[in-house]
Amino acid sequence: MRLIDLVRYTFLALRRQRFRSLMLLIAVGLGVGAVVVLTALGEGARGYVMGEFAFLGKDTVVMFPGRKETTGGMPPITGTAARAITLEEVAVLQRTVPGVTSLAPIVIGNGPVSYKSRERESIVLGTTAAFFDIRQLQVGQGSTLPDLVLNEGRQVAVIGHKLKTELFDNRRAIGQWVRLRDYRFRVIGVLTGTGDSFGTDLSEAIFVPVASAQSVFNIHGLFRVMMKIRDNYQVEEVKSQIAKRMQELHEGEQDVTIISPDAMLSTFDDILQALTLGVAGIAAISLVVAGILVMNVTLMSVKQRTAEIGLLKAVGAPAAQVRTLFLTEAALIASAGALLGMLVGLLLVAAGRKLYPAVPFTTPAWALWAAPGLAIGTALLFAWLPAQQAASLEPVDALGKK
Amino acid sequence: MIDVSGVNKSFYLGDSCVHALDSVSLHIEQGDYLSVMGPSGSGKSTLLNMLGLLDRPDAGSYLLNGVDTMSLDENERARLRREQIGFVFQSYHLIPRLTARENIELPLMLAGVTAKQRHGEVGVILEQLGIAERGHHLPNQLSGGERQRVAIGRSIVMKPSILLADEPTGNLDTRAGREVTDILENLNRGGITLLLVTHDNAMGDRAKRHIRMVDGAIASDHVVQPADGNHAPD
Repeated sequence: MRLIDLVRYTFLALRRQRFRSLMLLIAVGLGVGAVVVLTALGEGARGYVMGEFAFLGKDTVVMFPGRKETTGGMPPITGTAARAITLEEVAVLQRTVPGVTSLAPIVIGNGPVSYKSRERESIVLGTTAAFFDIRQLQVGQGSTLPDLVLNEGRQVAVIGHKLKTELFDNRRAIGQWVRLRDYRFRVIGVLTGTGDSFGTDLSEAIFVPVASAQSVFNIHGLFRVMMKIRDNYQVEEVKSQIAKRMQELHEGEQDVTIISPDAMLSTFDDILQALTLGVAGIAAISLVVAGILVMNVTLMSVKQRTAEIGLLKAVGAPAAQVRTLFLTEAALIASAGALLGMLVGLLLVAAGRKLYPAVPFTTPAWALWAAPGLAIGTALLFAWLPAQQAASLEPVDALGKK
Repeated sequence: MIDVSGVNKSFYLGDSCVHALDSVSLHIEQGDYLSVMGPSGSGKSTLLNMLGLLDRPDAGSYLLNGVDTMSLDENERARLRREQIGFVFQSYHLIPRLTARENIELPLMLAGVTAKQRHGEVGVILEQLGIAERGHHLPNQLSGGERQRVAIGRSIVMKPSILLADEPTGNLDTRAGREVTDILENLNRGGITLLLVTHDNAMGDRAKRHIRMVDGAIASDHVVQPADGNHAPD
């Protein structure tokens, strides 16, 4: 039998059972659509998280005070540890580790920032000019923090775009004095854009020299230190040099954690990829359910078309040909359902992208192959038993059935 | 040519064994025209199914055009059915979703013949059967006689050497029945072996050879001589 005749014969059989075929189509379509949408959600989440880290670049390392050696968990994020990292130690690193091109020590806290009668609770970041370069923040008006000696304070601040609007509306902020707790700072720059980072909206932040921030919060230690690695230096090598130097400064104690975004990204990537695969697996279960439905419908079809099977055998169709007819029905309906599911799924993904442009919803290429492949494979697998049943019918028995 | 020797076939109905065919031996030459008659349950249809390779005998031998059918596997039997045997059933067995033309084309389609070639061959058959203008109608849009013509068309489209008809006029009125019988006899005159299973004495008597079955055995096998004058007029 020629392929075109096989498809046409099968199509006519499916068309005769419109409602049943439609139900099957929807069942398979739902399964495939679920895989397309859920993997897009997983990939979207992955893309979003990775994007949030991407600003750090591959040539950056971050040092935290404290170390967790036994659990292997995430490094401490609070910045509290038995022994703090100080500005003096950062200065030593700057001088003695040739692989580090720039450093941005960070002190972080919250405080009320006010201008005249307006006040807003803001994130306060004490850092250096290098931070803006490492973090790729753009200053729209004025300038970034000045290049100072690390332990030198100065009453200047860069503020985020949103904070500027909150405090100054459309008025010029550059040159104005704002109050932070008991200190006054002169605004020398305003950031552009949002700079949203893991729930911390840097457009609402105020940036002051790190030594000034230490005075504001009356602390000595640093929250973390971001360091940019010089070109042609190996990240891992520089990391071990920093670790070695810090160990010397901390009297032999290995009590800092140094991570590179590359390693961090790789871990996140693994976790989120597993998440995507997990949701894809859950969605795939619905395809197996659809497969069972295909088996039921094919069984019914064989039962109802027993006389037709008898006739086909009487006019010379071998068992394999009869089996192929029923398997083609299953494959055709699964293919149509898969196509429908993919179309609807991709439309939903496109709608998601439109509604939440920040999240890069994209169905991974493997899911676009795997979902229809699994749908058709499952349909064929489950249709095999009834198709085999049809193929093994004795023609004389089948012809006698109504 | 058909050569059947000592064929047995039994069925079990509950605990009791029914001998549907009991040591049946039969020789049919190419181009013969036979009727098989007998009461219900006498084994007529079982004999026809066995000759058509739709059923296997329990014992005996069956040579079809020199091929020992007892030693064939299912695929080889299917091939023989497709190439050498045509069936006409009382209940037509047309596929309801296919048009008359498509029903006739079915064996060609299963054999992998191209649509173009099928179209030409089926066109000739539709003309021959007098239903050329009904080719695009579905079976439920055809009369009983037209349906049986379509079934005959399907049975001869592969140019078989033997045509087996099981009560081909059983569901038809007298006129349609006569027309169908005329068609079958015309095919026989063209050289095809025709074996009719029927309850209808008038139809059975038109054959050139009458076989009567009783309790699974051939009770009589009578070749009608032209002098008898009761076979179909040429």
